[in-house]
Amino acid sequence: MATVIPYRARPGRHLELLLLVPALLLGVGAYALVGIATQDTVPAGITGYAVGLVGLALGMHLVLRWRAPYADPVLLPVVVALNGIGLAMIYRLDLAYALRGRETDFAGRQLGWTALAVVLAAVVLVVLRDHRTLRRYTYTAMIVALGLIALPLVPGLGAQINGAQIWIRIAGFSFQPAELGKIALAVFFAGYLVTNRDTLALAGPKVLGLQLPRPRDLGPILLVWAASLAVLIFQRDLGTSLLFFGLFVAMLYIATERLSWIVIGMVLFAGGAFVAASTFAHVNARFEAWLNAFDNAVFNASPGGSGQLVRGLFGMANGGLMGTGWGEGRPDLVPFAESDFIVASLGEELGLTGLLAMLLAYLVLAQRGLRTAIGVRDGFGKLLAGGLSFVVAFQCFVVVGGVTRLIPLTGLTMPFLAYGGSSLLANWVIVALLLRISDSARRPTAAVPPVPGAPAPVAVLEDDVPAAGVAGPAGDGPDQETERIDVGDLR
Amino acid sequence: MNTPLRRLATVVVVMFLALMLSSTWVQFVTAPDLNADERNVRTLYREFGTPRGPIVVGGETVASSVPVDDVFGYQRVYTDGPLYAHLTGYYSVVYRRSEMESAMNTELNGTADSLFLRRLQDLVTGRQPQGAIVETTVDPAVQQAAWDALGDQRGAVVALDPRTGAILALVSKPAYDPAALASHTQADATAAWEAYAADEGRPMVNRALRGDLYPPGSVFKIVTAAAALENGLDPAEEIPAPVELDLPLTSRTLPNFGGAACSPTGTQTLGDALRISCNTAFGQLGLDLGADVLRQQAEAFGFSEALSVPMRVTESSFPADPDAPQTALSAIGQYEVRVTPLQVAMLSAAVANDGVLMRPYSVAAVRSADLEVVDRTAADEMGRAVSRETARELTEMMIGVVENGSGRAARIDGVQVAGKTGTAQTGNENDAHAWFTAFAPADDPQIAVAVVVENGGSLGSEATGGAVAAPIARAVIQAALQ
Repeated sequence: MATVIPYRARPGRHLELLLLVPALLLGVGAYALVGIATQDTVPAGITGYAVGLVGLALGMHLVLRWRAPYADPVLLPVVVALNGIGLAMIYRLDLAYALRGRETDFAGRQLGWTALAVVLAAVVLVVLRDHRTLRRYTYTAMIVALGLIALPLVPGLGAQINGAQIWIRIAGFSFQPAELGKIALAVFFAGYLVTNRDTLALAGPKVLGLQLPRPRDLGPILLVWAASLAVLIFQRDLGTSLLFFGLFVAMLYIATERLSWIVIGMVLFAGGAFVAASTFAHVNARFEAWLNAFDNAVFNASPGGSGQLVRGLFGMANGGLMGTGWGEGRPDLVPFAESDFIVASLGEELGLTGLLAMLLAYLVLAQRGLRTAIGVRDGFGKLLAGGLSFVVAFQCFVVVGGVTRLIPLTGLTMPFLAYGGSSLLANWVIVALLLRISDSARRPTAAVPPVPGAPAPVAVLEDDVPAAGVAGPAGDGPDQETERIDVGDLR
Repeated sequence: MNTPLRRLATVVVVMFLALMLSSTWVQFVTAPDLNADERNVRTLYREFGTPRGPIVVGGETVASSVPVDDVFGYQRVYTDGPLYAHLTGYYSVVYRRSEMESAMNTELNGTADSLFLRRLQDLVTGRQPQGAIVETTVDPAVQQAAWDALGDQRGAVVALDPRTGAILALVSKPAYDPAALASHTQADATAAWEAYAADEGRPMVNRALRGDLYPPGSVFKIVTAAAALENGLDPAEEIPAPVELDLPLTSRTLPNFGGAACSPTGTQTLGDALRISCNTAFGQLGLDLGADVLRQQAEAFGFSEALSVPMRVTESSFPADPDAPQTALSAIGQYEVRVTPLQVAMLSAAVANDGVLMRPYSVAAVRSADLEVVDRTAADEMGRAVSRETARELTEMMIGVVENGSGRAARIDGVQVAGKTGTAQTGNENDAHAWFTAFAPADDPQIAVAVVVENGGSLGSEATGGAVAAPIARAVIQAALQ
């Protein structure tokens, strides 16, 4: 049912500009409200702050007009809004810490990191003219990813913060290399899987309705599984380990459409985590703090107790439905309120209402990313966009799930909201990549320039495979990954 | 690859729905439980963040909240902290609150039901909510006199207005400084608390209202005498007063204080027995009356009733089921009779008030921040302890105690004082507690007072109620009548 549907491409840059207005108002308004609530006057640096934030957003907008005019118009405003709200909360916590005699300038540094991150994102958009170029660096990306992940274990460089060995410290700056590692991993997985998806998908016996892979194809997944367990055990970080493995399983599923990979992956990870929990004290403590958080002995245990988690829950409960309002709560009573527990801080002051609104913003971000993956025509782009979108969503799930005691608490930080340079840099780069891919996805077909070494653009757009009863790639060739572009979907 | 991408999008939606459910669970469903958790310090911070009303004694503020520039916003300050420590109690970030600060907490922090209209006005007018002012009944002159007279001795003084039950003085020694516990620096507050807790004088125990309670010794003879009079004993009748009282069921005997005879004849009137505090006469009376009659009379004076003034008061107790020798010992305030100094003051107060016992209280009025009276405590009868006639006869006998008996140290020129001494054996090797309770003027009572000095105070084993406690009561009465 191949049809050609002509449509008028709408770049969407005007819409983006329009959406940036409320997004910037949220960030700057929140900053002003913090000052009014705590000091009865707008903060002294409000003008500089507003100019800085608006300048960064507009600069990015202009870069998009110049280099990626067809990029998704919703991504940037959503990210600017989240980044601005995070900045306001971090500034608010600076004020609270100052009251308790602890001088911090988290907000100033975070603004600096934001500027750096936006500039880096712009550089990515300017330098990377076509995302398919990245496919050439598939194995380079693997080596970079493994190097970044292993970096905190290097003696003298790695630093143990809050129990987890996932930081490096250079010249006074702490950095989580795994944050950038997840991008490199996504590039590697996308490049590897787009090449090997056929063998991974088609070969192997069928057991209980599940198409199992051949044992020799299990190699890569076992390697990644081992690597993620190594992170869990040696770096003591359940979150990063879960994130890498989740990313890999999700991309494997996108590439092969084989449910068996997900089942195998989840069984492997659950088994590994269970063994680790019963073997290693620090992993066990995390599970104990999750399951028996309100037990007094667990609450008071230090380190490894549930004190931080439960204090975060107290804060969120204090916020209730509508929240205490900016500057009216006591988020500073929770350790690491500006980073690991910024979700609890926001839940306290903005309430359940504000928290749900922010979750919706992340959901929109992830869904626009996945929509981009569906829209883009090359397999590498689909895998990369799908993987990056999923990893952002999954990180939100692991962080908010940990803070709300849905799953065990991990050391991950909330993308865009939480204090931390590495997290900001990495997530802005992810957004830049998604913007780049979405530009390619939404660009009229004729406008896609051929790239040497990449598959030629498909001129005829294919209808999507019927959703019901997917017979597998045998029915429609694995390369027919394009579909009809629905104008309504992309606008 | 679009089908798995679409399914993945569904998975992402499901993940976020799970997050929204778990957030709702935390912030809405279980939020009340989390807010009520005792480990949640936010409630405390919220309370510290609003100006708390002052506690007022005689027109002067003794506890108030002043704005400070720290996380709490307001610091509780105490003027004359130790003097009023057992009245105001403390208001601490670490140790919460006690006594008046605890009992009147909702008034002081402005959340009491009686202040609902105020809060509504504050809401409408946009005025910052403020706690109410608590005015106490304590008379600063009487309090100071009791404090000074007790000196460094361990013990307690309680003074009441017998006509209303208003508490005029409430002293327990040793005392502590509530300001030390109210420090916002946790280390300082903790250090102060630990020092007080380690102090063998136990300064944080309110001996006037609670503590471990004391055996009343001979001041309980007021109750025994009242029971005898109420049960038809003629005050002029001679009752047996042997040198030693044979205790039934045992080979032991009950001697008088110092082994002396009460009278050369072996009998004396009830008035004389009370005047010289004759143990054998009262032991015999107890045997004659029986434990049930004594207990009923004690309960008519307020025993067995837990009071709140509004601070919690431990109930004084008469033994539940004593045998005959135990009853004889109970009749002279030994064995397992246990009292608070407040209860002993209530004995005198009931006799002074023509036999009617008034309910003791320490809060005169609650005023809103703009001095409007929200609530004023009205005098309330607890009940009739003894008949008017018995009260008159007891008054005569107690006057005899001070004029010409064991309590001569409480005599005041120009004022007729009625009182009763007590020297309570503590049952172990420690020295006896010295007691004195009195009211004055006898013909127009304005103050009833009870004094206990632990283990004889500065006189130790030489102490008697008349020697150690009576002069303190005298000083308190003088301060009240000036």
